[in-house]
Amino acid sequence: MTSKNREFPGTPLSEKDFEQGKILFLHDEMNGQYAWDTGIGIGRYLAALKEGYLLGSHCRRCRKTVIPPRTVCEQCFRPMDAFVPLQDTGTVNTYSLCYVTWDVQRITEPEIPAVIEIDGASPLCGIMHKLGEVEPDAIHIGMRVQAVWKPPEEREGAITDIRYFKPIKEKGR
Amino acid sequence: MSMRKVAVVGVGMTKFVRRAQETPKELSWQAAHMALESCGMTMDDIDSACMGTAPDAFDSVHMKGEYLSDGAGGWGKPYMRSYVGGGTGVFAPIQGWYHVASGMFDTALVVCEEKMSSYYPHGQAAFLTIFDHTTERPLKPNLLWIFALEMNRYMQTYGLSKAEIAQVAVQHKRNAADHPCALLGDADITVEDVLNSEVLAWPVNRLDVSPVTDGAVAVILAAEHVAKRITDKPVWIQGVGWTLDTSYWTNRDLAYPRYVENAARMAYEMAGIREPRREIHIAEPYDPFDYKALHHLEGLLLADRGQAAQLYTDGIAARDGDRPVCPSGGLLGVGNPIAAAGLMKIAELFWQLRGEAGARQVPGQPKRGLAQAWGDLMQVGTVVIMGTNP
Repeated sequence: MTSKNREFPGTPLSEKDFEQGKILFLHDEMNGQYAWDTGIGIGRYLAALKEGYLLGSHCRRCRKTVIPPRTVCEQCFRPMDAFVPLQDTGTVNTYSLCYVTWDVQRITEPEIPAVIEIDGASPLCGIMHKLGEVEPDAIHIGMRVQAVWKPPEEREGAITDIRYFKPIKEKGR
Repeated sequence: MSMRKVAVVGVGMTKFVRRAQETPKELSWQAAHMALESCGMTMDDIDSACMGTAPDAFDSVHMKGEYLSDGAGGWGKPYMRSYVGGGTGVFAPIQGWYHVASGMFDTALVVCEEKMSSYYPHGQAAFLTIFDHTTERPLKPNLLWIFALEMNRYMQTYGLSKAEIAQVAVQHKRNAADHPCALLGDADITVEDVLNSEVLAWPVNRLDVSPVTDGAVAVILAAEHVAKRITDKPVWIQGVGWTLDTSYWTNRDLAYPRYVENAARMAYEMAGIREPRREIHIAEPYDPFDYKALHHLEGLLLADRGQAAQLYTDGIAARDGDRPVCPSGGLLGVGNPIAAAGLMKIAELFWQLRGEAGARQVPGQPKRGLAQAWGDLMQVGTVVIMGTNP
């Protein structure tokens, strides 16, 4: 059909069409405000963050400890057996050096998002957070890191109660 | 399984552009109209209508399926909109397939549309809401993060370089130079161009990513007895598969898309395929980022783990290679209007398997092809296998 059809519909516009006022359009802003209930599993997670520790949940049947904690194991569809306090240390599973913000503004100092496998959770079970107090060149997958917490009086029961994860100085170095 | 045979009998497509003057409804109609014209059908011949379109946030329109229904031929018909994120474009034809395979309807019009340009200042920001609102969004993530994180894990696990991965962007954008609807076709692009493009979220550079795009695609499905009346070259849907992995994306293996493998195995079994690398003549894996094409080729069992890049290095994945990958130009080259991009791959297989792909035609009369898409928070796999035999 592309060998038969030479013409395809669709009318491309360029920025100039807008600047020169050739195109009519309506601009509007939506303002949505929400208050999300945390639920039971994440509620416990946030309460633990306020206390200064990371919480997971354990499924005895699947022999799995996951983070963030949930009330139901999605693997066997049974209730989780227990909430389990975990370490606030872990291993960098992967990371990125990001030079754009969420709304695609350019930044010069990169943000460093990472997936961090948390000590005490099952292999490959981690959370997304950021890395700090580290030179980009020094980061590597497999690097050991530890949470840097806000002081107790500033914590509000949010994932941002951890400012970022920083490298653990390995012994003998 | 006692299901009826279903064929694709017509397709239509708009140009893929950075910003279209047409509204989403108008784009949908243009694609649907062209699909009907292509096989001499009218809406009187259509029993059911399926619409695929991605997040409502792009248009800020609630119930986007209903909003698009007049453009998508939904008025007065059994009509439904499906949405599985980026996987939508290959899921919508699966929905159409089971409408017809079940015996419920003889024909289905499937339309996929996306207009990403309406969102200001940039379509990427609409994706913020895919992250968990309590545990992730306070970190102010952007969509690039998860791709960059997954790409880095994939590179590290298999020891791949950025240059090896950039070959994918180069081949797809070069292929797209022959697609009359393509947004980013470039016959002369090189690996250096990709590596030297702006770093957005290392290891992702600008040319590793598909562009924000507007566009629509439509296909018409028909049961065997109808299909044979309409065309002497129906292209049959031989197998379909779709699965979902955990939505806790930081709790699973980021180097291997298990959910794609599960969807592929479902589709291979239905199609009676035992050796996909010999039996699939054209692959159209989902390629919103260059490494994703490799990731998906491995999940589809079309390459060993960590070895998909070698298919590009050795020319096997080239349009005239032994196992062509994305002869259309893919999302990286033709463009990525989310749901429409997946259905574009179905349209490409239709044209390729009928020998009508023009300058993009894969030589050697290919008999069977596979299209795959992927989406949500990196955990949906959707697969369709099409062939010249029922």
